[in-house]
Amino acid sequence: MRSEIPGTPVFDGQTSRRGFRMNKLFMSLRFAENRERFRADEGAYCDEFGLSPEQRQAVIDRDWQAMIDLGGSIFYVYKLAMMDGRSMQYLGGVFTGMTEEEFVAAMRAGGRTDVR
Amino acid sequence: MSAEVIWGLATSHVPSIGAAMDRGKTEDPNWKGLFDGYRPAREWLAEHRPDVAIVIYNDHANGIDLDIVPTFGIGTADRYTVADEGFGKRPVPDVIGDPDLSLHLLETLVDDGFDLTVFQELDVDHGFTVPLSVWTPDPGDAWPCPVIPLLVNVIQYPQPTAKRCYALGQAIGRALKSYPKDITVGILGTGGMSHQLAGARAGMINPEFDAMFMAAIESDPAKLAALSREELIREAGSEGIEMIMWLIMRGAMNERVRKVHSHYFVPASNTAAGLALFDNRAS
Repeated sequence: MRSEIPGTPVFDGQTSRRGFRMNKLFMSLRFAENRERFRADEGAYCDEFGLSPEQRQAVIDRDWQAMIDLGGSIFYVYKLAMMDGRSMQYLGGVFTGMTEEEFVAAMRAGGRTDVR
Repeated sequence: MSAEVIWGLATSHVPSIGAAMDRGKTEDPNWKGLFDGYRPAREWLAEHRPDVAIVIYNDHANGIDLDIVPTFGIGTADRYTVADEGFGKRPVPDVIGDPDLSLHLLETLVDDGFDLTVFQELDVDHGFTVPLSVWTPDPGDAWPCPVIPLLVNVIQYPQPTAKRCYALGQAIGRALKSYPKDITVGILGTGGMSHQLAGARAGMINPEFDAMFMAAIESDPAKLAALSREELIREAGSEGIEMIMWLIMRGAMNERVRKVHSHYFVPASNTAAGLALFDNRAS
């Protein structure tokens, strides 16, 4: 058994099982026609991919932390963020309670060496 | 007759490094320090063009999805298309492969106990093309030589152990030695350095660990091969564990290598960016 590392989501097999349908939805957003269909009716698109009610709500609400908690892989979740014009620094801010500007400033100051 | 590894290049593969190049931002004050640090390596590499290169990397939801998660895989195609990750392809050439060498590696490695998944078709994403751009910033119509993708699962736990990665690298080194043609090979280990993208520790950077890793990859890779998955995630971050791919590169090289150049820069987006170039003809 592995030990938990505080503040560190580990995308393991059970997490991947939980997030499988949602991650497939995120990957589908690589294609412009799918992004258009998603934008036209986000709920219907989520239903088509078989998301759980909680995942569906997290996606529609853009609750990035909930998407991770419900089995999203950051690399997959990022596809939705990119579609919205959001950066990885914006997401970093969301996960750490900072604005995007604060997060970027922390990275430019050498990164968050205090949480290593 | 044999395929001889002439150099190894360890480098970050963060998409923003490629984006900075594609958008002409390498002189931007936030990027200049990174790209200035690449210059000595690029100059040396331009004078040491191999016949074939092997890029050890991972895909990021572009070429493969979570339906099938191969721990190790190898491309055997004669051509690899640059992936459209959602907003158009990077403006870089598609990749010419070397199926003969791919199949030699596959057969030899399977006989040696490494059961690789075979990719007859594969779109290569930033994990693959950014290292090529770090090596060759202006490829023109074609990359300097054919390139073989070697894929590693670093996204879904359990990633292969550092020990297994190092052993795979050593097996690749042996497989190259038995190739029935005289060719030269460059090998690229990609990813890193410390970074974590999600969770309360997002944005973590561990310069001490990175410095230790940078030194040991040259002179004491066995020490890095002994690191557990948990140690790597704790010290390098949940995504920094991908530095295990540097160990595959290192394993394929001689026990003694000569460092040509190294560079460390924070930040490249949410990561510590590292580059280390080694000459495999040290003695």
